[in-house]
Amino acid sequence: MPGSKIFRRITVIALSLICLEVTAAPDLQRQKELNYLLKHDCGSCHGMRLEGGLGPALKPVQLQFYSVEQVAFTILHGRPGTPMPPWQPFLSEQDANWLAARLKAGVRP
Amino acid sequence: MTHAGECLVRGTGDLGVVIERGAGSLVVVDTTKHTSLFQVKGLGDLSHASAVYSRDARYAYIFGRDGGLSKIDLLCGILVKRVVQGGNSIGGAISQNGRLIAVSNYEPGGVKVFSADDLELVADIPATRISKGKGSKTVGLVDAPGQRFVFSLFDSGEIWVADLSNPRSPAIQRFRNIGRQPYDALISPDGRYYIAGLFGEDGLVLLDLWHPKQGARRILDHYGKGEQKLPVYKMPHLEGWAFAGERAFLPAVGHHEVLVVNSRDWREAGRIQVHGQPIFVMARPDGRQIWVNFAFPNNDTIQVINTETLKIIKTFKPGKGALHMEFTPRGEEVWISVRDQDRVKIYDTHSLELIDSLPADKPSGIFFTARAHKTGL
Repeated sequence: MPGSKIFRRITVIALSLICLEVTAAPDLQRQKELNYLLKHDCGSCHGMRLEGGLGPALKPVQLQFYSVEQVAFTILHGRPGTPMPPWQPFLSEQDANWLAARLKAGVRP
Repeated sequence: MTHAGECLVRGTGDLGVVIERGAGSLVVVDTTKHTSLFQVKGLGDLSHASAVYSRDARYAYIFGRDGGLSKIDLLCGILVKRVVQGGNSIGGAISQNGRLIAVSNYEPGGVKVFSADDLELVADIPATRISKGKGSKTVGLVDAPGQRFVFSLFDSGEIWVADLSNPRSPAIQRFRNIGRQPYDALISPDGRYYIAGLFGEDGLVLLDLWHPKQGARRILDHYGKGEQKLPVYKMPHLEGWAFAGERAFLPAVGHHEVLVVNSRDWREAGRIQVHGQPIFVMARPDGRQIWVNFAFPNNDTIQVINTETLKIIKTFKPGKGALHMEFTPRGEEVWISVRDQDRVKIYDTHSLELIDSLPADKPSGIFFTARAHKTGL
């Protein structure tokens, strides 16, 4: 539906604005690194298309019940009892928020 | 490179494929001349892709993450047939007689079996239900003598042995409560021992396929007892056996160690401190060396271990994203894919020096045709 596409775009913009308000987005070089990490390293468990593997799929539909902050928290601290490790040693809060917002917006790495 | 469709007249014993995981393609390589023969495209999502070979070593079967099963003709450089058989898959195996291909699925959990000839579905083995409409993820699928396939169930903690002597009605033997979260498995080169690694606890599970009635038993139990478990940024792989003489070498999970076990009594025979979380622990075909690569953030490094002294004899950095290693059939060379450099690097395993390299687009798995004649590969 064209309507839902526009709605999705608006959501993307809104989310990135929220993200900008909370913390500034990482610079372009860092964004590139984060995208690469998302595709290849997150992708080794969640699939390079984020459609799932040993770890769950990370498409907007799976993340709809979680806020950007909750997703970012999981990225940084992992999920005890599952194979999801804490990425805090490698990612700042800003990095994690940016990734979380992108995941929720459905951006393909 | 030869154009796809122009078929070569030659043997395939020194050929192989290199998976290009980013582009959804593969390259057919010649390990004698260190050249690429063909690139084959259109293979879908190849993150975590693996391959097995037909017994004539002409065809490679590629298992993609997106559930795709592709049959590639190495001599003509073409995709012969492709089926999308599941939602999300994690490798497969070819039966002892070469007639059946089994694919292991995360979604829907279970194993599907296809005719190797035309990729038509022959049998469907759904996994144990873990919630409504959801089966346990199946992992560690290998072939075993007697037209059997053996695999583990991640969520429900089981090992299943499926006998496909009668392909249309598989006979399944289930081993329950084997341990928490088996994540991958291997089979010994003689096809006797199936070993599954556990993620949910420190230990591995051994099933003697000569004596399945004895049940699955724990080995190297509590190997990390009292130690803080380190985060695991990529799951180790057990496929690709590492048996050297009487010893088997296995990656620890959450500990930066290679575990050594005596395959006569399955008792611990040592531990080797290594550079990071090991991913592949592979024996050179003569069993004299073990080569190890590592998970993020140490995936730029390779270590080589002497199997007699259990000492690390070389640590080197081929580059970021050193994802996979494959030995030539008799082990004089090892090919290492270096994802971030878009290259496959070739090392002499005697001098341990780099001798050549080939271009490939974000290379990951490397699979040579010698696997065609090995159980479990």
